[in-house]
Amino acid sequence: MSQDLAAASPSRRSFLKTAALATGSALVVSFSLPQRAFGAGAATPTHGGTLSAFIRIAADGIVTLTLGKVEMGQGAHTGLAQLLAEELEAPWAALNVEHSPALPAYAGPGFPMMITGGSTSIAACFIPLRTAAAAAREMLVAEAASRWNVPVSECAAEQGVVKHGSSQRKLSYGELAAAAGQRPVPAKPTLKSRSEWRYIGQAMPRVDSAAKSRGETRYGIDVRRPGQRYAQLARPPRGGRLTAANFAAARAVPGVTDVFEIPQGIAVVASNTWAAKQGRDALQPKVLIEQDAGFSTVALAKHYSELAKQPGQVARAEGDLAKAAATATQRVEVDYAFPYLAHAPMEPLNCTAMVTPEGVQLWLGTQGQTFDQMAAARVAGIRPDQVSIETCMLGGGFGRRASVAGDNVAPAVEIAKRLPGVPVQLVWTREDDLTDGFYRPQAHHRVVVQLGADGFPLSWQHTVVAQPLAKGTLLERAMMNPQTGIEVTLTEGIDNLPYAVPVVHVQVHQTTAKVPVQWWRSVGSTHTAFALECCIDECAHAAKQDPVAYRLALLKDSPKEKRALEMVAAKAGWGKPLPKGHAQGVAVASSFGSTVAQVAEVSLVNGQPRVHRVVAVMDCGTVINPHLVEQQVQSAIAYGLSAALREEITFAADQVEQTNFHAYQPLRLNEMPVVEVHLVESTEPPTGVGEPGTPPIGPAVANALRALTGEAVRQLPFTRRSWG
Amino acid sequence: MKLNVNGAMHEVDAPADMPLLWALRDLLNLTGTKFGCGMAQCGACTIHLDGAPVRSCVTPVSAAEGKAVTTIEAIATSELGQRIQAAWVAEDVPQCGYCQSGQIMSAVALLKEHPQPTDANIDTAMDGNLCRCGTYNRIRRAIHRAAGN
Repeated sequence: MSQDLAAASPSRRSFLKTAALATGSALVVSFSLPQRAFGAGAATPTHGGTLSAFIRIAADGIVTLTLGKVEMGQGAHTGLAQLLAEELEAPWAALNVEHSPALPAYAGPGFPMMITGGSTSIAACFIPLRTAAAAAREMLVAEAASRWNVPVSECAAEQGVVKHGSSQRKLSYGELAAAAGQRPVPAKPTLKSRSEWRYIGQAMPRVDSAAKSRGETRYGIDVRRPGQRYAQLARPPRGGRLTAANFAAARAVPGVTDVFEIPQGIAVVASNTWAAKQGRDALQPKVLIEQDAGFSTVALAKHYSELAKQPGQVARAEGDLAKAAATATQRVEVDYAFPYLAHAPMEPLNCTAMVTPEGVQLWLGTQGQTFDQMAAARVAGIRPDQVSIETCMLGGGFGRRASVAGDNVAPAVEIAKRLPGVPVQLVWTREDDLTDGFYRPQAHHRVVVQLGADGFPLSWQHTVVAQPLAKGTLLERAMMNPQTGIEVTLTEGIDNLPYAVPVVHVQVHQTTAKVPVQWWRSVGSTHTAFALECCIDECAHAAKQDPVAYRLALLKDSPKEKRALEMVAAKAGWGKPLPKGHAQGVAVASSFGSTVAQVAEVSLVNGQPRVHRVVAVMDCGTVINPHLVEQQVQSAIAYGLSAALREEITFAADQVEQTNFHAYQPLRLNEMPVVEVHLVESTEPPTGVGEPGTPPIGPAVANALRALTGEAVRQLPFTRRSWG
Repeated sequence: MKLNVNGAMHEVDAPADMPLLWALRDLLNLTGTKFGCGMAQCGACTIHLDGAPVRSCVTPVSAAEGKAVTTIEAIATSELGQRIQAAWVAEDVPQCGYCQSGQIMSAVALLKEHPQPTDANIDTAMDGNLCRCGTYNRIRRAIHRAAGN
């Protein structure tokens, strides 16, 4: 997800108001923010009365935080609970965190949709959520002061209790909540000072660990409703359609109740998933390929490499390339090729849908409730607000569960529409997930750098070839740079090149390959950072300079990158002796407002890279939970390393060749490097955590591989060939 | 057929070739055991059959007849299972958590065989369990913690 969709300015004062939700004994406070319009230049409408989150305090003191931001492993629920508990002065043990319903009240903050992505949850909620909690705290204090008939200034909230200083009287939040909820909401509640924080900055335990360790957490795939049925979908091949199928054989499978066509294929509905799958297998459909016959990623890669030599759309053009070339003493000319990638979350996509006269009810784990409501509404012919969603825990997201097209929800609702009143669960098999997915785009980068007599770049000429992600979707305008007409994901990281280079030209070919594409953890930086950080390493090599020293000299105007790089070099013992056959590689990249530097230590085992240790430095501004940041950096490294080493989605004769985990091979435990994470101390506002650890790992390992073998990595994944 | 699951007998109306995974999840509503790949590549569906770890997505329900099936829902009935779950929480292993039922079932089997496992033992026992969130560093730490290493 693009940074363009990121937080509204956190300095923007949130407008607080009480919701008319103070039912029974609960104090409910919510916040709303002026919404930012999508699309450049559009006017900013006011966000009158729409709510963004709720704090509920029950009579027993339990504090329920109902969040529009979803938990998909990234720890958002724990981090957001820390923000709330901090300002509310709530006891940690009293917190209960839940997913919100899909209502406009829970959109944003900062934009009118429910989306979790772009590494924005903590950054976007940092001010609004604390402000809402501080308002709730002040209302509780005001209620207590009024009962005691003492000035508010003599009372203080502490850990679920309001105390009166001189009389030592106490009232619990539970006792105060109902009446406090009727009080006016303070317009400008006072936030604690940094020195008063008790939760923010602490390694609080995850709120979801215990249930997840007992197998009790309910994911979308675990939804079990009365009368529920289970569906499988026979999907047409890419670029083709199903022309005939053996419906009778499918119906003959015990447990199968219904077999029918929907626009996305042939649905088989049964009393259990296995019967549905057996029914699907029995269909043995005939297929006709009609579109793009013979499409292959090998041919696409060739086409892209040719395109990269042609002039494209200009993203950035500063300085005179010819002049730089005339004074250059060396030229570094490199090409990098990147494959399509699947997200492959461990929980396969699934959606349980029920269509009733009132509307559509959905149960699923999703990063994009608004997209899903729109998709369900289109299918059912109703309004999006007639689509209710119970958001379940997500078994991984990585961007796949933020489908603008609603490609998970749409077929489920098509099926449910045929069986009114029956909850139907459509589960994707792993084969469906890998072969009928939306992918990180295949890409090609070509970089030409002219080096001066001192070895430093005089010019940087960079051409990117890839599909834009949002072309033809409702996010197209929002994700496009209005000046250049180029989608921001294609040049993020490059058009803000941190290295001091006098002449920079960036061009882009936005291609139209007929493969569905979507944001994949860290989005454009998955390939842009690789090209940048490998190419700068090659420049250092050509200049016969140390890669860290070379970068530092060029980072004179980029203090964050410089600091992270200096720190990672020191922590990793850069340049110190290593075991025989080991080499280090380095990379630094900024994405989602954060900067991450990594040093990878690599050796060769049977001609393939083996990553032993990764030292990472993360600068994400104010750290809410160091323990969660460490988790996310480890996670991002595992995800990025999986892709760099082995993952690729290839097409031959139109079809995806990787059908399950035997062919699409994520990293396994025995291959996981030791990861050390160091955090830059900072009092800047918090920035992204979930994604920024991903971009540097690929180039760090590639640079180590080049140091080890003398051969540059120009194609991903690395294990396409053998090394050394 | 009759299945002994977590110490209780259940009558299950399933064809003999139905994978145990779907019998547990869809017929017995024991959804703690997860579907991830359907071909024994990811380990999310790991359960114990007479104490030994198996991938329930490729184990026909007929193969479980007359044997004791143990799933994540009952793993805390053993001291070892409790110890491992406690270590998982203490190390805050789960992220999305989806694979963790399978990880824990594999870890229990490992510690039964090797009460004080080496890193090499852990590599061998756990490399069949994929985790896309990359919780591997903490899984290793939690296993060592549970073993008292």
